[in-house]
Amino acid sequence: MDYVFQFGAVWDHRWDLLDGAWLTLRLSGGAFVIGLWLAGMLAYARETAPSAVRIAIGAYTELMRNTPLLVQLFVLYFSLPSLGIRLDADAVALIGLTLNFAAYGGEILRGGMLSIPPGQIEAARALGLSRWHTFRHVVLLPALRVAYPALASQFVLMMLGSSVVSAISATDLTAITNTLQSTTFRSFEFYFTTTGIYLLMALLTRAILALGYQYLFPAARRNAPA
Amino acid sequence: MSRGFGWHELLYVLRGLGWTLALSAMALTAGGLGGLIIALARQSRARLLRIVAGGFILLLQGTPVLMQLFLAFYGLAVLTGFRMDPWPAVILAFTLYAAAFLGEIWQGAIEAVPRTQWEAAHALGLRRHVILLRVVAPQAVRLAIPPTVGFLVQLVKSTAVASIIGFVELTRAGQLMVNVTFQPMLIYPLVAMLYFVVCWPISLLASWLERRLDVGRRPVGRMLGGT
Repeated sequence: MDYVFQFGAVWDHRWDLLDGAWLTLRLSGGAFVIGLWLAGMLAYARETAPSAVRIAIGAYTELMRNTPLLVQLFVLYFSLPSLGIRLDADAVALIGLTLNFAAYGGEILRGGMLSIPPGQIEAARALGLSRWHTFRHVVLLPALRVAYPALASQFVLMMLGSSVVSAISATDLTAITNTLQSTTFRSFEFYFTTTGIYLLMALLTRAILALGYQYLFPAARRNAPA
Repeated sequence: MSRGFGWHELLYVLRGLGWTLALSAMALTAGGLGGLIIALARQSRARLLRIVAGGFILLLQGTPVLMQLFLAFYGLAVLTGFRMDPWPAVILAFTLYAAAFLGEIWQGAIEAVPRTQWEAAHALGLRRHVILLRVVAPQAVRLAIPPTVGFLVQLVKSTAVASIIGFVELTRAGQLMVNVTFQPMLIYPLVAMLYFVVCWPISLLASWLERRLDVGRRPVGRMLGGT
């Protein structure tokens, strides 16, 4: 091996890489916020809607969870234009990640909801709370507390998984790294650095989300569900 | 002049599916061996060994599989004087990836066996490796089966990323057929369905096993995600 590692080119492009990290964070953050909202709707509908809707939601969930994100992105980006739906790559990346996250998030939230004892829901209804208020205060918020750790780790998984959006020419940290390495021929050095950035992002996000849990559910430790 | 999508094209895509399955099987076998070593290293009395194994899991679970693949690809290229062959890189990357996840799952399963089992066996005068092998392992295996099967789905799906460095598995085969037939509307949904046909039964098996072995409330039962 007579290869000499040179990280000078990487250092020259440090701001481009940081821009890329921001793009990745923004993309996965956006998909998380919209996807979580969608996941809430899916979980609610899965328990309350007519059976045809329930079956449709179940099929959607299984389809999204049993096919690769990369292929889902290909269908959205390359197949849909045949139906006249043409979106730019960054929009498809956001939509694809959102739809993917909604399926996982919906299942996680549903798991949280099923952990609520039915007696509590009956009690809330007996006290005269409307269906919506019962759902919001008695089911959703406690379910969120139960689901929070799983949602947090799913978010980190999505952020790391989002690196494949570069394959449909969407711009993120990986896409920027691809461009930089192909113009400087310092492939290993660039990917090595970018891998480090992803690791740092994952560890920081994990730490912040763990702090968020302490902040949002301060009593969580004392009255943890049995 | 473009070709239509006929038997030849379908066969090509199916052969891609064969490579997806072969790659998954290889990563599962080699990664299973690696995962076993990781899980055992986590139980070791040597601190350094525990830290190295923990660091390996942290590193591989905290970075995108695509980056691991690029690093394996360009790392091997550097080592071999730039013979750009995707095969060894793909095998190496997915083996390490599977080793990290299986190692963590199995470590969790070993630690989920009540501490009192160790203590009781120790009190009976059994030696450490005998306890691990004959007392703890049989109980841990039971706990480990459902999440291991669940991980298999994640592994099969993640191999789609190998298409990005040009390894011809199912996704890449689909891409190549789209390039010659210009029928993305037909081929990509077909590719997705083929993944589904492989992954869904495994998912169902995993949740059936979880219910059957009634180990839903164990620490390793946390939801395994993935994209």
